[in-house]
Amino acid sequence: MTPFTCVQGRAIPLGRQNVDTDVIIGAEHLKTIQRSGLGRYAFGTIRAEPGNLFDDPAYAGAPILIAGDNFGCGSSREHAAWALADMGIRVVIAPSFSDIFSGNAFKNGILTVVLPQGAVDRLLAVAAELPLTVDLETMTVTSPLQDRFAFELDPFRRECLLGGLDEIALTMASEAAIRAYELRTGT
Amino acid sequence: MTAPRTLYQKIWDAHVVEQRPDGTALIYIDRHLVHEVTSPQAFEGLRVAGRRVRRPDLTLAVADHNLPTTARVDAAGRRLPIADPASAGQLSALEANVAEFAVPYIEATAAEQGIVHVVGPEQGFTLPGTTVVCGDSHTAAHGAMGALAFGIGTSEVEHVLATQTLLLKPSKTMEIRVEGTLGFGVSPKDLILAIIGRLGAAGGTGYVLEYRGSTFRDMSIEGRLTVANMSIEAGARSGLFAPDEKTFAYLEGRRLAPQGAAWAEAVERWKALATDEGARFDASLSMNAADIAPTVTWGTSPEDVAPITGRIPDPESFADPAKQAAARKSLEYMGLTAGDALQDVTVEHIFIGSCTNSRIEDLRQAAEIVRGRKIDRRIKQALVVPGSGLVKRQAEAEGLDRIFTEAGFEWREPGCSMCLAMNPDKVPPRERCASTSNRNFVGRQGPGARTHLVSPAMAAAAAVTGRLADVRELVR
Repeated sequence: MTPFTCVQGRAIPLGRQNVDTDVIIGAEHLKTIQRSGLGRYAFGTIRAEPGNLFDDPAYAGAPILIAGDNFGCGSSREHAAWALADMGIRVVIAPSFSDIFSGNAFKNGILTVVLPQGAVDRLLAVAAELPLTVDLETMTVTSPLQDRFAFELDPFRRECLLGGLDEIALTMASEAAIRAYELRTGT
Repeated sequence: MTAPRTLYQKIWDAHVVEQRPDGTALIYIDRHLVHEVTSPQAFEGLRVAGRRVRRPDLTLAVADHNLPTTARVDAAGRRLPIADPASAGQLSALEANVAEFAVPYIEATAAEQGIVHVVGPEQGFTLPGTTVVCGDSHTAAHGAMGALAFGIGTSEVEHVLATQTLLLKPSKTMEIRVEGTLGFGVSPKDLILAIIGRLGAAGGTGYVLEYRGSTFRDMSIEGRLTVANMSIEAGARSGLFAPDEKTFAYLEGRRLAPQGAAWAEAVERWKALATDEGARFDASLSMNAADIAPTVTWGTSPEDVAPITGRIPDPESFADPAKQAAARKSLEYMGLTAGDALQDVTVEHIFIGSCTNSRIEDLRQAAEIVRGRKIDRRIKQALVVPGSGLVKRQAEAEGLDRIFTEAGFEWREPGCSMCLAMNPDKVPPRERCASTSNRNFVGRQGPGARTHLVSPAMAAAAAVTGRLADVRELVR
């Protein structure tokens, strides 16, 4: 996993509610057997709308995405996280995320920042003009206009993101406990 | 004496391998279902790191998402190729991976092949009190059997393949209590759609739902699978039913279920799998079965539900401005006008199938409406796609296939089919489908496709009338 410390840059102020995984990456793009190359297909149905934010040169290469409630709802496809990572997104800010999506994002070095709707609304307005800074060490989102919003994150996820740790290797260190569980339960 | 516990807490406690100081725990996974779409990158990860599948014996693979639902073998029994090279590639990747890592696999042409969430319970792979995962969000379905079952991403698939565990944080619990008898023509699908309407698409996020009350106790296993399946559409990764005599009767004698003396012991153990008297839920929702009408969706989120007797809602009628904006976009996409009666909405496509509604009882309920009728001339395509080869065989033994084909339906091979646009079964742009599947998202059934989620009987009613119709008016 790519370590995450601080990300600064433009934020795409999408703002929509219930952005589901079919919207993030359509099912016709799930036939790949690789993780890379999905960025160009991300948000295909939104990109079909004239004047959409994703094709606005002002947001080209933006590392941050701001959305409404329940971002990433729907399927468990990690292709959604791979597509975001492939288009250069390192942070998604929203009032809430689906559980499966936020896990998938985390495992791909994407930080999901949960902020109250009021803070998200403010950041949506600021992001239309200015870059934002998301700092995982200080756990804050800040803007050049002196906005400063603190967020919370599970300490384990924070540590993994900061260190870029491999979760499977961490779990394999518990092999003795897994064996003991299997013996104890006859599994 | 230990404090009273919910069913969820009992299953969780029984699977803790290692408790961590931060509140997370390493949880043992008893059953891992694998399909072709979300596994290739996981196997590739194992290969790159030089890791093996830790417990192939607790893993079962089957292809479902990509497979065309047209004939799979020719007259001589030879396997037919898949036309789409990407789909064919994903299937051959799965076949190569299960061979390399010695994972038990149900062949695409086997009678036992089917949608992974139909196959798990049907084979007796899913058992009460187990933890079940699959790289698919509708894994929640297996909760109908009293299993703690949830969908995972591909990194987690790899993690389970390598370690047979997942590092998890305990969920909150929500009781969904429904009492009474569902009305005439009202099915478990209508009930779960109504529940999602009440909770909202994110209302269950962070929770495990437990379905309680007389309505769920009286429900068949097929009905429970439909309900548990759609827990995720309310945001909940899992939905649970306490196992009971119906569960045991369903599982007894299944290929992978315990046999003989082990069966009797297992049933005794499973009988303890119920929420204790006095156990506390973090939230609860209560409804009366009698209040539920046949239910359809009008928008592009499963929370956008209305009784079939209702009208398309006015976006301005929602309190939340974000919801107003979403509803406006939904109606535009769906080509619908606020205030119109739902029963005036005409459809061109019918899909009876998916992991939500493709089991034998679903097909029986649809056939009951279709029997002796023809599909309306406005219908361009009507598909019935059984959830597995065994469901298909059973339906054929009952003559259901003939009822459907005589009415003008196509009778297909098992797979995910028109639920998601990953195989040749798609709804064309701006055309409308009454579908027994689980998601009405933008583009879900094909780019530009318009989906109305309904029960199998309501899909049948739409087929014979050419519009969204109240099945109660068609029941003989």
